[in-house]
Amino acid sequence: MDEPESDKQPDAPNAFEVTRRTVIETGAAALLLTTLPRAALATGAADYSEPPAHLEKVELQINDQPHSLMLDPRTTLLDALREHLALTGSKKGCDHGQCGACTVLIDGRRINSCLTLAVMHDGQSITTIEGLAAGDELHPLQAAFVEHDGFQCGYCTSGQICSAVGMLAESRQGMPSYVTEDLTQPAAELTDTEIRERMSGNICRCAAYPNIVAAIKQAEGMAT
Amino acid sequence: MRAFTYQRADSVAHAAAAIKSGTKVIAGGTNLLDLMKLQVETPSSLIDINRLPLDRIEETPDGGLRIGALVRNSDLAADPRVRQRYGVLSRALLAGASAQLRNKATTGGNLLQRTRCYYFYDITKPCNKRNPGSGCAALAGFNRIHAILGTSDHCIATHPSDMAVAMRVLDANIETVNHNGDGKVIPIAEFHRLPGNTPEIETSLGPGEIITAVTLPAPPPGVQVYRKVRDRASYAFALVSVAAIVDSTRGRIRSARLAFGGLAQKPWRSAHAEETLADVPATAASFNTAANAVLEGARGFGSNDFKIPLTRRTLHSVLAETTRT
Repeated sequence: MDEPESDKQPDAPNAFEVTRRTVIETGAAALLLTTLPRAALATGAADYSEPPAHLEKVELQINDQPHSLMLDPRTTLLDALREHLALTGSKKGCDHGQCGACTVLIDGRRINSCLTLAVMHDGQSITTIEGLAAGDELHPLQAAFVEHDGFQCGYCTSGQICSAVGMLAESRQGMPSYVTEDLTQPAAELTDTEIRERMSGNICRCAAYPNIVAAIKQAEGMAT
Repeated sequence: MRAFTYQRADSVAHAAAAIKSGTKVIAGGTNLLDLMKLQVETPSSLIDINRLPLDRIEETPDGGLRIGALVRNSDLAADPRVRQRYGVLSRALLAGASAQLRNKATTGGNLLQRTRCYYFYDITKPCNKRNPGSGCAALAGFNRIHAILGTSDHCIATHPSDMAVAMRVLDANIETVNHNGDGKVIPIAEFHRLPGNTPEIETSLGPGEIITAVTLPAPPPGVQVYRKVRDRASYAFALVSVAAIVDSTRGRIRSARLAFGGLAQKPWRSAHAEETLADVPATAASFNTAANAVLEGARGFGSNDFKIPLTRRTLHSVLAETTRT
């Protein structure tokens, strides 16, 4: 299956044809330069130059709606959402599990949708940013992000919010974190330090971190 | 990403039997898919084992735990028995990756993850691990994250896992099944290999052999600590890490177990260093003797020379913390 033209990256972008996507990728590249191998930076969208070995039928329950797809097994869950189902709320930042912009919830648990294949999730329930609001009523975390200005450019925001939904559920289940003082205690109090550690898989290029922490703290006490 | 066939395994025997040349087993996939996107890994077929019943943590008759190969890193770190009895393992798991990755990554996959050497990841550069015989670009390259112990002229990569370092200090055993259905138990000390002149062979797993579980013996006496030193406070690989279990009373060490991450192609343990800490006063002089023993034969390659004093200081700090009364 061919990748849509819009996602094909030129090897050397023309300096006069800087697109919004190029700007975003350049920003992400600068951010990740210290940790990403050079080859990763040179890679754009998935290379599908080789035809698929076969197609697989994949049934996904996404935001309470059933979807049936025939997919090249190479299709990541993120590409299935964005390119096959037009659910573009989940973002492709680094495409290597380092930035968190693609975070979605599978059976309530947060994962990086760029680092998993859609076929591996046949029959499972997926919640994306598009599935959090109840009609016109924003999810408490969405409302808190708006209220606290938990973003600037907004590219990481859907990943931040989905991650925060998963993080609050983990915290309520008593899951510890690296900064939890006493691992033998059933649950840690969600201090700023705890929130920052638990959200470290979501990078914000605009550094809206103080406001993101404030938004999460506000939503913590509410039903999410 | 290169094209591959995809198959879902319905039993361990089926998975092991389906493995042929060019096949990779996929569980969490967080490292494998990363490498496949860069064409560092180019399997012709994938066998998905995620639906196999290997996701339980059970008590063993000898007071230990048996951890299924598909137990997710986050579930293992959060298990009350692990938190109570194997704090070093819980802390090491929580020090690794991000919450999203830990929700996906598995116990077996974590042991099998590949090095994060920049040159291994860059398919335009020579790498004996990726392309045997092509040379090692790290030796004279940017080698800040590279190994100082157990290296060879062919490879100076490190093993990236935190979990495996804690399992090494706990003397874990790795249970496997091969394509004939035969089971085997591999002590973790023998599981990961040093590079020698075959850096492409990283473990003692045979062809068609699948990890089914990791067993932990009953916890040894002592205070358990995992200390990780890295460039960022969170979500970064270890430059140096120390897993320690230290049994001491009133300023005297009875016994100590030490395992190190970030120093070698396998979680590093030094029997000599542990011998120097048997029945000695918990003093800076004792810690220094132990550090000398750990660092016997250590060699830097330029950018990673700092790891030698960093290992010494981290060990000092850990021993001081675990013997504080």
